Amino acid sequence: MTTATASAAVPILTMTGICKSFPGVRALHDVTFRLFAGEVHTIMGQNGAGKSTLIKVLTGVHPTDAGQITLNGTALTIDTPRSAEAAGIRTVYQEVNLCPNLSVAENIYIGNLPQKNGRIDWQTLNAAAARLLSGLALQIDVTRPLDSYPIAIQQMVAIARALSTEAQILILDEPTSSLDEDEVQRLFNLLRQLKARGMAILFVTHFLAQTYAISDRITVLRNGELEGEYLTGDLPQLKLIHKMVGREIDVDSLTQPQAAQMAQPGATFISTHGMGHKGTVHDLDLEIHAGEVLGLGGLLGSGRTETARLLFGVDRCDSGAVSINGHSARFNSPRDAIKHGIGYCPEDRKKEGIVAELSVRENIILALQARRGLFRFLSRKRQDAIANEYIKALGIKTPDAEQPIGLLSGGNQQKALLARWLATEPGMLILDEPTRGIDVAAKLEIMDQVLALCRKGLAILFISSEMGEVVRVSHRIAVLRDREKIGELDAGQADERAVFHMIAGGGA
Amino acid sequence: MNTSRLAAMARHPLALPLIALIVLLVVNRAFNATFFHIESKDGHLFGSLIDILNRASPLALVALGMTPVIATRGVDVSVGAVVAICAAVAAVLIGGQMHVENGVEVYVSNVPMPLAILAALAVGLICGLWNGTLVSVVGMQPIIATLILMVAGRGIAQLLTSGQIITIYYQPYFFLGAGYLFGLPFSLFIVAAVLLLLWLLTQRTALGLFITAIGINPVASYFAGVKARAITLWVFGFCGLTAAMAGLMISSNVKSADGNNAGLLMELDAILAVTLGGTSLGGGKFSLIGTVIGALIIQTLTYTTWSLGVPPEANLVVKAVVVFIVCVTQSDQLRQWLVRKPLEA
Repeated sequence: MTTATASAAVPILTMTGICKSFPGVRALHDVTFRLFAGEVHTIMGQNGAGKSTLIKVLTGVHPTDAGQITLNGTALTIDTPRSAEAAGIRTVYQEVNLCPNLSVAENIYIGNLPQKNGRIDWQTLNAAAARLLSGLALQIDVTRPLDSYPIAIQQMVAIARALSTEAQILILDEPTSSLDEDEVQRLFNLLRQLKARGMAILFVTHFLAQTYAISDRITVLRNGELEGEYLTGDLPQLKLIHKMVGREIDVDSLTQPQAAQMAQPGATFISTHGMGHKGTVHDLDLEIHAGEVLGLGGLLGSGRTETARLLFGVDRCDSGAVSINGHSARFNSPRDAIKHGIGYCPEDRKKEGIVAELSVRENIILALQARRGLFRFLSRKRQDAIANEYIKALGIKTPDAEQPIGLLSGGNQQKALLARWLATEPGMLILDEPTRGIDVAAKLEIMDQVLALCRKGLAILFISSEMGEVVRVSHRIAVLRDREKIGELDAGQADERAVFHMIAGGGA
Repeated sequence: MNTSRLAAMARHPLALPLIALIVLLVVNRAFNATFFHIESKDGHLFGSLIDILNRASPLALVALGMTPVIATRGVDVSVGAVVAICAAVAAVLIGGQMHVENGVEVYVSNVPMPLAILAALAVGLICGLWNGTLVSVVGMQPIIATLILMVAGRGIAQLLTSGQIITIYYQPYFFLGAGYLFGLPFSLFIVAAVLLLLWLLTQRTALGLFITAIGINPVASYFAGVKARAITLWVFGFCGLTAAMAGLMISSNVKSADGNNAGLLMELDAILAVTLGGTSLGGGKFSLIGTVIGALIIQTLTYTTWSLGVPPEANLVVKAVVVFIVCVTQSDQLRQWLVRKPLEA
């Protein structure tokens, strides 16, 4: 464990030896975290590193299993959101959780409205709200409904509400994910003001650039353990990424490139030129060949899923061109993409993938049947044959094909979704985080399936936030940053370091 | 029969609705010794059971149309109004007078009867497609979208009938709601035909799979390439069509069309019938047979309150209590609670 060097000041809040487990998962183990008055402190880590669990412990959503929290030198028990609030800890969540139909002033003081003679004292209320907001350099009409203002203003109103009562610590959980550049600057100016007043701010973000723009101190978590606490100045970007990803980069044999040793890819299956969609990704040039795995590298929010949605017709391209097997194509819906031989295993398996209460059989044949239409109904015998064939081929662990898919484990659900698309005999598969939330053995199986499919001549777009997996299965890696492609790496030359180096701004 | 098979039968989704229906029938038998008697007069079967089946027909039709709507996470509260509109269309188009020519009664309708029936069915279909468009194309919430026609539809029906109750004088039309075929009321054959059609469509084509998939997870179904919009649109269209059939049947049975009262509150009975039959209002799996049983439960209940001499003012309360009991026994929470209790003891 590394400790920050220059920390002469006494922390306002200290969390030591924090442990938290959920059934089957050790989310946090012996984590130490400190907050200083007048500082912005950022927690960094990959998905599943324990960032959100740590915040939830601090805000009282999850009580700790072990560990102490001290505030201003006295021990503190935080077991409910209410006790966190009583201790002066305020949280602003990622989605603005205010009432859009109420006025700005009502939103700030809701639950604490000033009253006179048993009625709401509107004058005092509006005056107090206006005073508070002007203290945050925000001059707006507080009597107008909240939803008449843009998200950035709403975000600031949420902060104002957090500050409307005595607060010492402000937690901002990914407040910038829905803001544009100017709005982010505005928010940052506000944070600098609060910092100057001596408030301790915990800022959570996935954007590296923002971390460096605003934070004074960075704590890195990895696999639920503390990697270290650093002053921002002491930790260059590339080093930070390595800390986040950890030493597994070099040691783990899982990440050895496999695709490079395979046969050369065939003809171009899909190519895009300048493909884009307003507000998600722009100017994307991609080319995927039959029998080739193209990996998409990039951090969360870099436009990976957005790219997949464009290629599958969920979002419509509003610029650029797509061609499939040399013919230009245009997708207005997933149906169009499916007709062109594309299948998509979405990132959010539960919401966009499985139909939980239907059987494994019905889930497997769904896309094939949808393509055949209503009346060319697969006979029950064909359905059983198809389902059993894929259950065997992909090793889906289920008592039988009639088991509701929602009862299977995540990895087996993922395999059944793969089977759904394989049954349509596609030309290309888009796999968005196919290994998320499944155990290591199943991850390996899925990756082996991907490589086996590739060998059979399928074009595959592979998306994962675990860069090691991308490096392992891809022939080429297209690297995205800030919703643009910044370069491509060949499997031979690519390792995680090269990818992160490119993301951190080093170029190819 | 061993206990595990018995337990499996008890777990069947249709078990509870069936038991509820049987209990109601037995209660009736207890108070009325001739309840199960069916006799044949002039080759027509008569009896309480036949009466219940016959009177349940319009509700069964509407509820059958409602079932796929509810299975796709929708609901159609305009069916009662559509019943009134279609009854009015048929009544206005048929109208009818009776002449006595050369001592023989001759019936004349305003337009040929088949045309009037087709027109009424077409109007019902259009009403349903209107609802379906609002839901699947415009993206309104089903209850709000169909509320529009629920309110406007009564107005339209009254405009069609000029605010009057239109009496129909055209003998052949009465066959629809009061005629007999092979000794049974003709309306039963219509219900059976619609049931058979729906069963074939949902079992012998992929429609049943698609409807269930959309009801469970509309986003995942769309991502799998299911034409969710088109299916939703036509499911509402079909619901309008069955409401039109019910409207024809009712107007034929009472020989008139009342824009104000025809099909009044029928949407609620239909939704109730679907729910009683074991289809969840949350969408997903559905049961056509269950819906028919649900409609029979409601009609038997009405019959029971009459025959037991429950005062009319207490009628709705009794109905509410029985419906409450049936719904509570279907709740998963209660079942789990009942199952857990013996284990703790």
